[in-house]
Amino acid sequence: MTDLTALYQDIILDHYRAKHHSGLRDPYQVEVTHVNPSCGDELELRLSLDGDTIRDVSYQAQGCSISQASTSVMTDLVIGGTRDHALTLYDGFLAMLEGRGEVELDEEVYEDAIAFNGVAQFPARVKCAMLGWAALRDAILRTQGGDNE
Amino acid sequence: MYDVAAVREDFPILSRMIAGRPLCYLDSANTSQKPAQVVDAIADHYLHHNANVARAMHTLGMESTVAFEAARTSVARFIGADDHEIVFTKNASEALNLAAHTLSSRLGPQDEVVVSVAEHHSNIVPWQLACERTGATLRWFDVTDDGHIDLDKAHAESLINERTRIVSVTAMSNVTGVGAPLAQIASWAHSMGAVVVADASQLVPHAPTNVADLGADIVVFTGHKMLGPTGVGVLWGRYDLLASLPPFLGGGEMIEIVRMTGSTYARPPHRFEAGTPPIAQAVGLGAAIDYLEAIGMERIAEHDRAITAYALRRLAEVPTLRILGPTSGERGSAISFTLADVHPHDIMQILDSHGVAVRGGHHCARPLHERFGVQASVRASAYLYTTTDEIDTLVEALMDTLAFFKVRVDDEGGQS
Repeated sequence: MTDLTALYQDIILDHYRAKHHSGLRDPYQVEVTHVNPSCGDELELRLSLDGDTIRDVSYQAQGCSISQASTSVMTDLVIGGTRDHALTLYDGFLAMLEGRGEVELDEEVYEDAIAFNGVAQFPARVKCAMLGWAALRDAILRTQGGDNE
Repeated sequence: MYDVAAVREDFPILSRMIAGRPLCYLDSANTSQKPAQVVDAIADHYLHHNANVARAMHTLGMESTVAFEAARTSVARFIGADDHEIVFTKNASEALNLAAHTLSSRLGPQDEVVVSVAEHHSNIVPWQLACERTGATLRWFDVTDDGHIDLDKAHAESLINERTRIVSVTAMSNVTGVGAPLAQIASWAHSMGAVVVADASQLVPHAPTNVADLGADIVVFTGHKMLGPTGVGVLWGRYDLLASLPPFLGGGEMIEIVRMTGSTYARPPHRFEAGTPPIAQAVGLGAAIDYLEAIGMERIAEHDRAITAYALRRLAEVPTLRILGPTSGERGSAISFTLADVHPHDIMQILDSHGVAVRGGHHCARPLHERFGVQASVRASAYLYTTTDEIDTLVEALMDTLAFFKVRVDDEGGQS
């Protein structure tokens, strides 16, 4: 059960139980839908910007505790920051998940997201933890594509 | 008396420890485990008889060809068919794509194809693609709340009618274990001149099957769910139907004469077997059939019924557990269920930490899950080596799952 406790840390179960920033809200610039085809988890995510600042990330999701909690934690971290900051956080979070326990996150920067370090021991669950992050990244890249037009 | 302990001796993998506990493999509807006899047959083929088939004329080539065709004969005998009606594919999905691709050569915009909401994605998507290509309309059998095909509703809406060209349904659901009323569907479809395809991937491994009795014109299944290796599937078709169909994939072995101006094609089954076929895999499937026949499919089916009844009885003891499909009576051994407030992926994870291997997700049957109003489920599925002790272990692990998430998610108090 040791591994399980590492995977399902209290912070994760807390977020799963009471998701932050859940629900779809207006206004928004971009809406994306991401799925995890292997388990059927689905996520609709809206991104609202104020200049380069992320004003809001709202979402509606069905999924396991890991994907739900990770999305909740992600919104806490990126709302109020810049798009580039969010993309940098994405890169670091993914590197940790794929690091098989060799990559540590800075708690000052990642706050509750450090609780996902146990997921790195469960490669099959990395996709779950990345679902919300991948949707956010996709949404941000679409807004940046828009800037270039 | 069925000696499940003796059967298990033939499956070394069943002695493995997972997470410090004995493996409890309840994912056979996903893929079955393999007895040593099958693995040995494949090894023997590669180590002592390997060559390409049909086009290699030397001694090894002849041995390989004989072994490959002997496997075809075994498959034919196993399902009461003729050798020339057995097409080897790489899996059931490819067999269904073969059926959809070749049968759709007859489809036009006025035509209709009928599937059921209970289908595996591999019996949905090929028909969707065929309908997109041809302009035909895809229509659906609904199911009742316990997962049976709703024939009354289908009759009320004239689901099968003179526009229907193809009806493709599962002979046994991989989610609910429900067998379709194939004979009734086939006689209705045939009366309208439609061709009937049956996906028997979950039936053939578990029960004696005579394809002629099923009523379908084409029946597909796969080797890896019936103790055989991955990489070999089977399409059976009535010979006159197969002979009337165009080729599927083009390549070596499926031709008669190739000219720069055009080619003519081999007769079935070789018309549908382009390129080097899954030779060693077919040999392995033949060994799997020998193994199943030595035990006897009737006895395997009886064991399946006993384990299924026991599992349904024990699972009923688990609080909040909801079974998708029938909770009693004649049904297959794949049992899908949900627990209130715990996502199937999380259930699967806790079970895995108990050494219990199940599948969590929509089991490639998303429309059926949508029909039942759930996003995903957990599926426990048994086979000839499954014991009642393993069902007990599953139930204990589910109780632990409830405790794990109840304590930590639901009983925190004051937060909701």
